[in-house]
Amino acid sequence: MIITEQKQFEKILKSLEGAEKIIVFGCSRCATSCGTGGEKEVAAIVKKLEKAGKEVLASKVLEAPCDDRLNRIDFKEVGSGVFKTADAVLVLSCGAGVQTIADISELPVIPALDSLFLGRTKRIGKFYEMCVMCGDCVLEKTGGICPVARCSKRLLNGPCGGSHDGKCEVNPNQDCAWYMIYKKLEKQGKLDKMETRQPPKDYSKVIRPRKVETR
Amino acid sequence: MTLKEALNSGKFVITVEICPPKGTEVEPILSDAEVLLGKVDAINVTDNQRAMMRLSGLAFCRLLLEKGFDPIFQLTCRDRNSLALQSDILGAYVLGIRNILALSGDYPSKGDHKSARPVFDLDSVQLVETIKKLEKGENLAGEKINGHPKFTVGAVVNPGAVPIEPQIIKLKKKVEAGAEFIQTQVIYDVEIFKKFLHQLNMPKLKILAGIFPLKSFKMAQFMNEKVPGVSVPESILKRMEFAQNPEEEGVKIAKEIIEEVKPLCAGIHIMALNDVNLVLKLI
Repeated sequence: MIITEQKQFEKILKSLEGAEKIIVFGCSRCATSCGTGGEKEVAAIVKKLEKAGKEVLASKVLEAPCDDRLNRIDFKEVGSGVFKTADAVLVLSCGAGVQTIADISELPVIPALDSLFLGRTKRIGKFYEMCVMCGDCVLEKTGGICPVARCSKRLLNGPCGGSHDGKCEVNPNQDCAWYMIYKKLEKQGKLDKMETRQPPKDYSKVIRPRKVETR
Repeated sequence: MTLKEALNSGKFVITVEICPPKGTEVEPILSDAEVLLGKVDAINVTDNQRAMMRLSGLAFCRLLLEKGFDPIFQLTCRDRNSLALQSDILGAYVLGIRNILALSGDYPSKGDHKSARPVFDLDSVQLVETIKKLEKGENLAGEKINGHPKFTVGAVVNPGAVPIEPQIIKLKKKVEAGAEFIQTQVIYDVEIFKKFLHQLNMPKLKILAGIFPLKSFKMAQFMNEKVPGVSVPESILKRMEFAQNPEEEGVKIAKEIIEEVKPLCAGIHIMALNDVNLVLKLI
């Protein structure tokens, strides 16, 4: 899931300077699960905007703001009229959702969230980065624990000298990814995977922007 | 005698760490270092040590070479991508530098440029491999290079890291890749070092034990509590706490540690924050 967090309301207001009539969109997928852009959060921000003197013409939690097909259906429901009279669209979703809407709308589209990472939800409000989408998965060699995402130095051949008591030198509250990999592979009797030298990562797989076009 | 010759001669090798200045005033450090000529086998030049910006280690290595030292160019993966690492390795060779110490490098958040982007395009194992590849006449893209660069390549290990097993796995990969000598993190607890050597079980590997003379009780506490994988035994902490002259006591302790590690390894690597007089007291 894409983990997001809400920007400070003052910052959002600043981005909306000069715009009086606002459309607010949330996201029923990741941002809802994250508690940053679901029904509750959209209702709360509408209230705050109105209190700040803005006029909210329409608000809706979109099925998936990053998906053009679903947006077409949702936008029909909102109606083209509001898009003609509004000054700006405020979107409570990740950057992919914000940009998808910005591409199909003539209006200025303002992000209400900061996109943080691709992560795992342990509990509500406890999210952990797991994947940096490097385009070259190594999890089969590392006991299902990604050193590219979870070692701060992205080391591929084992821990740095600062790994101590299973903790990371960069942040002592953080488990060392290579300590976890070692423990996992040891348990599985597969330490030979760690003993094998790994070649440098192929960063040509992350030439941005990336796309997949199978059809 | 070069570092390589010293390592091969079987003598007890002494290397000393020198940090380039934060700026361009190189003279004070260079002239201080001169007292070490003929007394040490090589001088390590740090590479933005602890992620603190300093003058280029490559440039400082060349200045030391001109003074008659055999410098060890410390090269970290933090600040350079694979192109920059390779071109600096080749650059070091044409400047007459023959020793490289391959390191990962401390994370920028530990230093004075906290917002700097860390590179880590390669890791230390891959950096050793890269140097060896260039020596064989090929770059990382698999293309032929001209000339015949040749280095004595070193790597590092922290014998006090817990658990030590993953560190040993990585160290063995560095040696397999071509590292010929190993310089260690600071050692105060010789028992831990002994255990590490026993577990590593590579008696022929040239290991230089890290020595950092303590100057005060506060420094001893800092080393013990703040530096990952460095533990200062209670007995040493006590001696530093109650010493009449802590600096003298620190020298005494360091000398004792040196005597204790002498039969165990190929030499020592002294880190004394550019205090050459302190270094002289130890050798």
